Amino acid sequence: MESIGVLMLCPMSAYLEQELQSRFNLFKLWTVPQKPQFLKEHASSIRAVVGNAAAGADAELISALPKLEIVSSYSVGVDKIDLDKCREKGIRVTYTPDVLTEDVADLAIGLILAVLRRLCASDRYVRSGAWKKGDFRLTTKFTGKTVGIIGLGRIGMAVAKRAEAFNCPISYYSRRAKPDIQYTYYPSVVELASNCDILVVACPLNEETWHIINRGVIDALGPKGVLINIGRGPHVDEPELVSALVEGRLGGAGLDVYEKEPEIPEELFGLENVVLLPHVGSGTVETRTAMADLVIGNLEAHFLNKPLLTPLV
Amino acid sequence: MEAHDNCQVNYEELPQILVLEPPPIMIFYGDQFLKNFRLLKAWESQLPLDQFLTIHAQSVQALLSPGRYLLTTDILQLLPSLQLVVTTSAGLDHINLPECRRRGISIANANDTYSADVADMAVGLLIDVFRKMSSADSFVRKGLWPTKGDFPLGSKLGGKRVGIVGLGSIGQEVAKRLHAFGCRISYSSRNKKPYVSYPFYPSVVQLAKDCDVLIVCCGLTQQTHHMINKDVMLALGKEGVVINVGRGPIIKEEELVQCLVQGELGGAGLDVFENEPNVPGELFTLDKVVLSPHRAVHTAETLMAMCELVKANFEAFFSNKPLPSPIVLNN
Repeated sequence: MESIGVLMLCPMSAYLEQELQSRFNLFKLWTVPQKPQFLKEHASSIRAVVGNAAAGADAELISALPKLEIVSSYSVGVDKIDLDKCREKGIRVTYTPDVLTEDVADLAIGLILAVLRRLCASDRYVRSGAWKKGDFRLTTKFTGKTVGIIGLGRIGMAVAKRAEAFNCPISYYSRRAKPDIQYTYYPSVVELASNCDILVVACPLNEETWHIINRGVIDALGPKGVLINIGRGPHVDEPELVSALVEGRLGGAGLDVYEKEPEIPEELFGLENVVLLPHVGSGTVETRTAMADLVIGNLEAHFLNKPLLTPLV
Repeated sequence: MEAHDNCQVNYEELPQILVLEPPPIMIFYGDQFLKNFRLLKAWESQLPLDQFLTIHAQSVQALLSPGRYLLTTDILQLLPSLQLVVTTSAGLDHINLPECRRRGISIANANDTYSADVADMAVGLLIDVFRKMSSADSFVRKGLWPTKGDFPLGSKLGGKRVGIVGLGSIGQEVAKRLHAFGCRISYSSRNKKPYVSYPFYPSVVQLAKDCDVLIVCCGLTQQTHHMINKDVMLALGKEGVVINVGRGPIIKEEELVQCLVQGELGGAGLDVFENEPNVPGELFTLDKVVLSPHRAVHTAETLMAMCELVKANFEAFFSNKPLPSPIVLNN
């Protein structure tokens, strides 16, 4: 398979790079001086694209790669891939569901605890020597608080299961109520936000869910409410979120994703009721290895004419 | 005994409670929750404590004790009428229990009012250490994400073997939470718990050998003092993580610092220390450590619940009713 051209769109995993390099003819798009020149020269040998949450095979790239057969994403979110175009051209798309579900759900709960109990702020407090001068202020209890989840897919369900262990009543919003689920369903995000203490974004990003967290939802969540975003930055109207936090109209936020990563609005840096993580939802050694193995497994299966491991298209 | 709204109650007739030092609930919320009692506030007097007690506290039957103030034999001897100690802590290590037993002094504590909050803190610290949340938040706030690129990977929680040291109320709440994260729970305790299905280990070293994480949830006693020492930490291993939400002296802090600095231990999440509020400076240089200033129970909801419980204990005592949260003193 060493002659098969695979185009990796951005740095994402040294391990994955190594494994791809040893099996295929790997092109690293970020090392290329002139993209148009590169594509002219090599497009006809590229049969696979490997992308991630940050970069995917969009319409432009797909058009530039006439021999493209498969897009294998090192992520479960596929919002950066033009899925319609892939379907149209018979290009297969694979992703990495399940292997990262637990890590992302763990981090959602971690963010909730970090915001409500001020874990990061108090770690800084101790390190600065401030404890010698006085106790840290009171924080907010997590156990028993109502958790509202947007999107009750794999990750949403895993978040719910963990929150239940903290005696949290669970409610949710999704396009349709799920028949066998005991949690309370709300037919709109605003109603969900009005009736929960902590709102967790756990749905895929698409046209319907873009800016699903808008001013109305933020107002409904209110000055004691907390927003947790483990989905995609564009799920949230970021300027609205920032002004609500700065003005105290929203109680707090735990964010792992942003509209223009790695840029984060600087107004958030001074806020104690906010926890900011650099898109590490699936960021454990174990899970990233499993994700990389899935990318490779899917590519190998495709080129050996075997069934794909985790196809989306 | 209630103060009736429609008649003047003589303040002098209200039952008296001695308070040596204000507990956290009083610092945060004042003393309104005990307005139906007459508070004898020792710390407001200019007199040295022994004189104050000799002059003012001879007929005092009830004492409100914060968690950190040592209730020694010397103090108890100056309180000949004492029948009840209500402590705002769950821990009893600050009270001379044998002396109380000898004198027939009843003790009421926080019972399990704190358990959920302490368990939440333990889980929060564990996720923070494993997933490097505080370190990552700091990285972001310093503006390093755009310049330095990706943040180092953390470690997965699911499937990790968690050993809970002390399976009381707090330990059980921790177990219940971490079970939902896919952790494999086992424990050590003074005695094996009959209705618990998690594997029991009679020794902490054995527990540490078979675990990736130790979570200290037990009380501080003579037996548990410095129980988590170098042997335990070496048994836990280079990737091992220790979380302490019990009491600082349960861990031999000097050896903890050594093991962390020398890479013999993978990480630690600590809410308590041997000599609070002093924290060994070497820990400040380590990213694999998360530090919290002894506030596992300092949530508004729980402290308000604590005010209610303290009030209820005193009201019960002075009405000759059973205490809501009495301690049974074992031999």
